[in-house]
Amino acid sequence: MLLIPCPYCGNRPEIEFAYGGEAHVVRAADPRKEDDAAWTEFLYFRKNPRGDHAERWRHAFGCGRFFNVKRNTYTDHIEASYRIGETLP
Amino acid sequence: MTQPYRLSAGGRIDRARTLTFSFDGKRYTGHPGDTLASALLANGVHLVGRSFKYHRPRGILTAGGEEPNALVGVGRDDAHFTPNLRATQVELYDGLTSESQNRAPSLERDYGAINDVFWRFFPAGFYYKTFMWPRKAWTKFFEPRIREMAGLGRSPQTPDAARYAQRFAHCDVLVVGAGPAGLAAALAAAKTGARVILCDEQSEAGGSLLAEPDAQIDGLPAAEWLKTALAQLAAYPQVKLLTRTTAFGYFPHNMIGLAQALTDHEGERSDAQPRGRLWQVRAKRVVIAAGAIERPLVFPDNDRPGIMLAEAARIYLERYGVLPGRRALIFTAHDGAYRTALALHRAGCAIAGIVDLRPNAGGPWVAAAQKAGLAIYPASTIATTDGRLRITGATIKPIAGGSGQRVSCDTLLMSGGFTPSVHLFSQSRGKLVFDATLDAFLPGAPAEACSVAGSAAGVPSLAEVLASGAEAGAAAAGGSAVSYQVTNAPVAQGGFIGAVPYHGDPGSVRAFLDYQNDVTAKDIALAMREGMKSVEHVKRFTTNGMATDQGKLSNMNALGIMSPVLGKPVPAIGTTTFRMPYTPVPFGYFAGYARGELFEPERRTAIHSWAEAQGAVFEDVSLWKRARYFPRGSEDMHKAVARECRAVRNGVGIFDASTLGKIEVVGPDAAEFLNRMYINAWTKLQPGKLRYGILLREDGFVIDDGVIGRITDTRFHVTTTTGGAARVLTMMEDYLQTEFPELNVWLTSTTEQYAVIAVQGPMARKVVAPLITGADISAEALPHMSMVECKIAGVPARLFRVSFTGELGFEINVPADYGRAVWEALMASGKPYDITPYGTETMHVLRAEKGYIIVGQETDGTVTPDDVGYAGMIGKAKPDFVGKRALARKAFAEQTNRKQLVGLLTDDPTLVLDEGAHIVADPAQPKPMTMLGHITSSYWSETLGRSVALALLRDGRARTGEQLYVPLATGNARVSVVAPVFYDPEGTRLNG
Amino acid sequence: MDNLAETTSLSRLFALSGQAGDRRCRPVTGGARFSLRVKQASLGAAGEALGLDLTGPINRAVSSGQRTALRLGPDEWLLLLAEADAASVAASLAQRLTDGLYSLADISHRQTGIALEGAAVTDLLNGGCPLDFDLAAFPVGMATRTIFFKAEIVLWRQDTARFHMEVWRSFAPYVWSLLANVGREYAD
Repeated sequence: MLLIPCPYCGNRPEIEFAYGGEAHVVRAADPRKEDDAAWTEFLYFRKNPRGDHAERWRHAFGCGRFFNVKRNTYTDHIEASYRIGETLP
Repeated sequence: MTQPYRLSAGGRIDRARTLTFSFDGKRYTGHPGDTLASALLANGVHLVGRSFKYHRPRGILTAGGEEPNALVGVGRDDAHFTPNLRATQVELYDGLTSESQNRAPSLERDYGAINDVFWRFFPAGFYYKTFMWPRKAWTKFFEPRIREMAGLGRSPQTPDAARYAQRFAHCDVLVVGAGPAGLAAALAAAKTGARVILCDEQSEAGGSLLAEPDAQIDGLPAAEWLKTALAQLAAYPQVKLLTRTTAFGYFPHNMIGLAQALTDHEGERSDAQPRGRLWQVRAKRVVIAAGAIERPLVFPDNDRPGIMLAEAARIYLERYGVLPGRRALIFTAHDGAYRTALALHRAGCAIAGIVDLRPNAGGPWVAAAQKAGLAIYPASTIATTDGRLRITGATIKPIAGGSGQRVSCDTLLMSGGFTPSVHLFSQSRGKLVFDATLDAFLPGAPAEACSVAGSAAGVPSLAEVLASGAEAGAAAAGGSAVSYQVTNAPVAQGGFIGAVPYHGDPGSVRAFLDYQNDVTAKDIALAMREGMKSVEHVKRFTTNGMATDQGKLSNMNALGIMSPVLGKPVPAIGTTTFRMPYTPVPFGYFAGYARGELFEPERRTAIHSWAEAQGAVFEDVSLWKRARYFPRGSEDMHKAVARECRAVRNGVGIFDASTLGKIEVVGPDAAEFLNRMYINAWTKLQPGKLRYGILLREDGFVIDDGVIGRITDTRFHVTTTTGGAARVLTMMEDYLQTEFPELNVWLTSTTEQYAVIAVQGPMARKVVAPLITGADISAEALPHMSMVECKIAGVPARLFRVSFTGELGFEINVPADYGRAVWEALMASGKPYDITPYGTETMHVLRAEKGYIIVGQETDGTVTPDDVGYAGMIGKAKPDFVGKRALARKAFAEQTNRKQLVGLLTDDPTLVLDEGAHIVADPAQPKPMTMLGHITSSYWSETLGRSVALALLRDGRARTGEQLYVPLATGNARVSVVAPVFYDPEGTRLNG
Repeated sequence: MDNLAETTSLSRLFALSGQAGDRRCRPVTGGARFSLRVKQASLGAAGEALGLDLTGPINRAVSSGQRTALRLGPDEWLLLLAEADAASVAASLAQRLTDGLYSLADISHRQTGIALEGAAVTDLLNGGCPLDFDLAAFPVGMATRTIFFKAEIVLWRQDTARFHMEVWRSFAPYVWSLLANVGREYAD
């Protein structure tokens, strides 16, 4: 079970969290201006790296906040966690 | 004569008390402090099992958790029975009942032993090549036979009567293994004030010190030093010592799984206290002091009962006062076996000789053996052994060649040296490094905050073991190590990996490598001839290391065999992955408390107890229990539902809708937020009005629906489906926090704040109105799809004028604690109108008659609003909402034959179609037929006196009036396509 | 029938009525609860309205008299109040926070309280809660949302060996039974 650093609550056990998929997949401010290819990419395509990955978690059984984590998917080492709106350190 | 092999003194057993136990129905005696294995050996019993594949007689090989042969089933009855326990770890208690496995009818005469005669036909990988033909024989003949023959113990057929506990724990330092290294580590860490957990799989702490009669630590005999060390640890309040506790798994971020046996040793336990406890320990630092495991030597017929590891024999002698036999032959490549020989010799066991693979072994242990006059055969090997159910002798040959010499013995004790127990370290993904001088993989760079101490790190002498433990413990806790003075503990060295040279036709001998899976040296060679070059492939082809002992004894020898054949050094071959659990953990530990009613929450509404008292039949809807129908007298579901439906259509019914999800959406931007989430437009919805909302996923498909009420300009009461409550709130939070953080709006789940009571039917207002204060609920003041805050029976309520039945209806939201009382007040008020409680089944029928969809029934995650005929609800002027852009994609816009919601009427009005059945145009067409759609809802409509069905049908709306077919098990049903509303299509009844 | 509405004063039926539990656990009945959400900029004003300092850190409780606010997140507080106090709290917030940049939702009936007290109480909680209850990690005055087996709970440490738990009403019997079940292993 991972120990996940919530940017609001500190280190907490994984079972308090829900996984939220790849981070920084931004929904366009005006989707009407996006072409079909771009919207399809936004809807369906995600990275699946072996190694460093920026991903979203929600402290569902805690403060309830979504936030981002930089985790190595191979070692599970978590290098950083940061709030929504902040950039990957 | 009882316990003929028990010495009259020595060991850590309590001879003052005698315990009786049975093995395969035969009664024996032992003493407190014994394991089942030591007690059997004390009674001269070596034969304890039959091997997995060849059914060869097998004896006790080890004295610990690495035991591959002595697997037994223990338990007084089926409900307390555990198969596949290692007899070496089963503590003896009075009345213990045990049985051997994998034999029929008995250990001595086992039919399966026929496999051993035909062993040439069962080489490694035989099951990949045989049983392939004829195809049908697999299910009828091969599989049942193989299932009968294969496997280990029998599974109990009754539920486990034991309770199991679980516990989360945290510490600064977790020390795995309470041998000398672990004790020194725990002492050093505890001194700093750190929170320490020290665990050990054995019944008492001490590890190798429990069989150490010679060494002195700080001037004390080892056993005395152990006592003081344990006393010191016990004096620290922040130190927890857990014995009978196996660290079975190393999980990410220093989470270690421990399995603690609590009552297994206490005999016929009561089931009041838990049998075992699963610990999930989060440690800041871990010190692994798991010791080392002695390796067998791989030589022909090295698996007869009476053949045992040398250190195990010494443990049986020193700790349990048991002689393994009367005449022991030693076969070794390590000095430790000399120590065993000397100890046995002193205890009165004849030593038939010490056969040493090494040409010129020396050192203190060899010198002592020479001094004691023991016969030593250097540079020699064992070419074969004899004896059927017990070894009777062995043939010694010089490695250089020459004639063999048969020596008789009843015991053969072997040692190929020690393999550091790196399992946990490897599970933690720490790198292993091969040490050529030790012929062993040692812990290298760690991947977690852990270190390895003692023999697990390949440290040879007791003095160094203590020092490395103290150092690791101090480093883990940020303290300083103390040093220990050790005397009279000469270091023992040596070792060998691979198959020993044995002079003979390699095709005709069987030298066992993996005892539990019956893998021989020859199988490894065959695997490589077949082209397996990777150690992982060899493992899978031969099954070497894949048994429950996970290759604790066999992995290094397999590498030793592969290395010369591949012409690669061992580190270049690498080792297989060490997997959890270290030793098997009963399933009950993982289930823990989560059994029966504690398996998961059973959510009940505030009105549940009333429905239960009325004899309602409940169904599971997500975690909720919902009343499905309320049978009266001997009514079945069909009759009850028909009666409930009639009541709602003609009079009044009452329904518990409390499980509907509810979300309070509050803030100045509440309407804008809902605009962006739901397909509908919300800006113009006036306070006091309701609207039915549809929620899509971003890909454009319907995910939820519900009625939404505007309480004030800035406050909405959103309802969701019962199963979707948590999902919808999470989705809304996601958008709010990550995509629309600029909106000033907040979400609160109020699902459980309110009990929701639906009162539906032409008489509904007559029932509700007398209880209302503070509001006018007449048709003019409170039309369909409006709401009002008022009091009902004195309780504050949000009263919704809404209907999911097609009748005049109200949904009354009251604070949950008052739910049952308000329900009962409504029942009393409705008595003159014969108010009838109805359940979810009636609710489903009534809504289907009206063509109202149920998300998850009419939709399946691939259905758009237009597919179900709700395109008109889309707020056309809105620039954006979740799913809008996806629906506008060309692929959607140009798709012509999407499945659309339609109604179906069968030619035969009494026929109720199967939900899920397919629809075809021509039932006579060749198979596979072209499917046009499927039935989503199908019911007997009491109101209409006939069956009705909803379906998703390709291009369905354009097919209205067509006749199609639904192939059923009972024949092809002809159906007519109609609009998906069967009752009151104008909706006049809603406005009553 | 008309007078039924006028005369009835229905009593509350609590989620754990009549269910046996662990001797260290006691249902806390009654009381009012609100979920309060406030923007950072309005913390001071909201605090003044409530008579509580809301500027303290996340996962801490602040109390004044019968009023307690548990800060569960950056903008989220669980208010625990006397039932009679509920209306005045709502009114004073509305009066003070005129911009409406806050949310107050009545959740008095959504959840119920359980008081736990005893020397073994952290062992009891650790049967199903994965948090570290060492006083250094979870000091007196800490309050957080977390998990107990498969139920969401809020846990507030009122003293070294005394906790207050909040649990949604339909999960309360499950939590209550588990506390009783785990409790069998631990002496007072």
